[in-house]
Amino acid sequence: MKITEKLALDAFKNDKETHILLDQKICHTCKERFCIYSCPANLYSLNEKGEMVVEFAGCLECGTCMIACIYGSVKWKYPRSEYGVQYRFG
Amino acid sequence: MEKVDVIIVGGGLAGLSCAYELADSGMTVLVLERGDFSGSKNVTGGRIYLRPILPYLPDIWEQAPLERHVTKEVFTAMGKTNSTTFEFYSERFNQEPYPSYTILRAKFDRWFADLVTEKGGFVIPQKTVDDLIRENGKVIGVKSGDEEIGADCVVAADGILSFLTEKAGLRKPFQPQHFALGFKEVIQLDSKTIEDRFRLSENEGAAQLFFGALTRGIMGGGFLYTNKDSLSLGLVVGLHSLNRKEPREEIYKLLDQFKERPEIKILVKGGEVVEYSAHLITEGGINNMPRLYTDGMLVVGDAAGLGLNMLATVRGMEYAIVSGVLAARAIKGAKERNDFSASSLVEYEKLLNDSFILKEMNTFKNTLAVLENERLFTKYPQVICDLFEKVMWVDENPKEGIYKTKMAELKKHFFNIETFKDWLMFRKI
Repeated sequence: MKITEKLALDAFKNDKETHILLDQKICHTCKERFCIYSCPANLYSLNEKGEMVVEFAGCLECGTCMIACIYGSVKWKYPRSEYGVQYRFG
Repeated sequence: MEKVDVIIVGGGLAGLSCAYELADSGMTVLVLERGDFSGSKNVTGGRIYLRPILPYLPDIWEQAPLERHVTKEVFTAMGKTNSTTFEFYSERFNQEPYPSYTILRAKFDRWFADLVTEKGGFVIPQKTVDDLIRENGKVIGVKSGDEEIGADCVVAADGILSFLTEKAGLRKPFQPQHFALGFKEVIQLDSKTIEDRFRLSENEGAAQLFFGALTRGIMGGGFLYTNKDSLSLGLVVGLHSLNRKEPREEIYKLLDQFKERPEIKILVKGGEVVEYSAHLITEGGINNMPRLYTDGMLVVGDAAGLGLNMLATVRGMEYAIVSGVLAARAIKGAKERNDFSASSLVEYEKLLNDSFILKEMNTFKNTLAVLENERLFTKYPQVICDLFEKVMWVDENPKEGIYKTKMAELKKHFFNIETFKDWLMFRKI
């Protein structure tokens, strides 16, 4: 089962604005890419320009990226009231 | 600014228990929950141990929507292509009140929130708290969007990422070594199949933990809990260990690889994945907890760093519930004194110190250091499995004596300075 198919099983209510902000200056100097390897939803990737991007819409709200990124690039907050993942089993 | 007696930020187990305990005290209690309903942002492995909770919160469990009471404890050491399983059953686990249950938080917390409401508390969903309001250093309320609400006391029950303890200056910045990531699938399977497959009587449950090759050298393991008509199957991995892993590999793939193992495939066969979830787990232990109180504010549950990995048992939900109850008791005392300053709320810390929670956290204060030993997750599970494989394997060659086979293996792997050091370390827990 693909990770995108797994995420499609979850109930999300997506905001228009992201709750995860990246500091491209920091990402630019990062070699390890902790975010890519630690996100359980596989939301991090490099775009064609070589910039780190995050697809906030499938966020499981675990906060792992914020802590795994020891360089402090990931500015993470909870989605605004009413938005984000809504677990039905938990 | 509107004002209530107590604002509880977060409608999870800690927050709801605090609210439940306060609901009939005559104080106005407001629980602000950021999800659509309580439980909608919560995830557990998971199982809850009831006996530690009963003295503090005795009366809610009869109707509680728990899953199965666990009668069977299973431990599996996984090698790369083999595995060894140890299974434990006890009649004692099958006597009421049952000591532990599997649980799904979206169901349980939602029900618990209704209970709080019936008792007179207010649980407001879809309210994310953005900030604290402070006056002369004292916490006097919270901000949610444009709204401001005042309170004599704010309870930070805002979970493991607790932004409120950060804003109140109660905790140090997060470090990967103090957290583990848990992620899991809920796999629907009819109850009869679950009972047949795990050899359980009706309503009985199994809890299975896995260590070894499945986490590819990362500190952590796998878990499988039988719910009423679903399985919770997932992995837990230490963030620090995950960050250091070479060669690098996306962590989510490990769960798919785990599911591909023949041992697991047969257990989940025919099941339908209905949810995929993730949550952090505290691994920091007693030495990395935040401060638990300040003027006008208390910290409970995951937000307070209350959780423990005791290897065979993983604890957190009991701590959340009991810390919530103890916070409520401290708040009642503070109300009587009409003093919500830190010097009055310190009562909460005293209650926690005297409870089983801090005693256990103190007993297990060295587990983190022990768990950092990679050999626990690589070498030892593999050695155990390979030893059994050697004993059980029969081919065209004359078989060596079992003692000879075993001793040679044991000597090679265990009679060395490394293992001796591991054993010394292990004695600390």
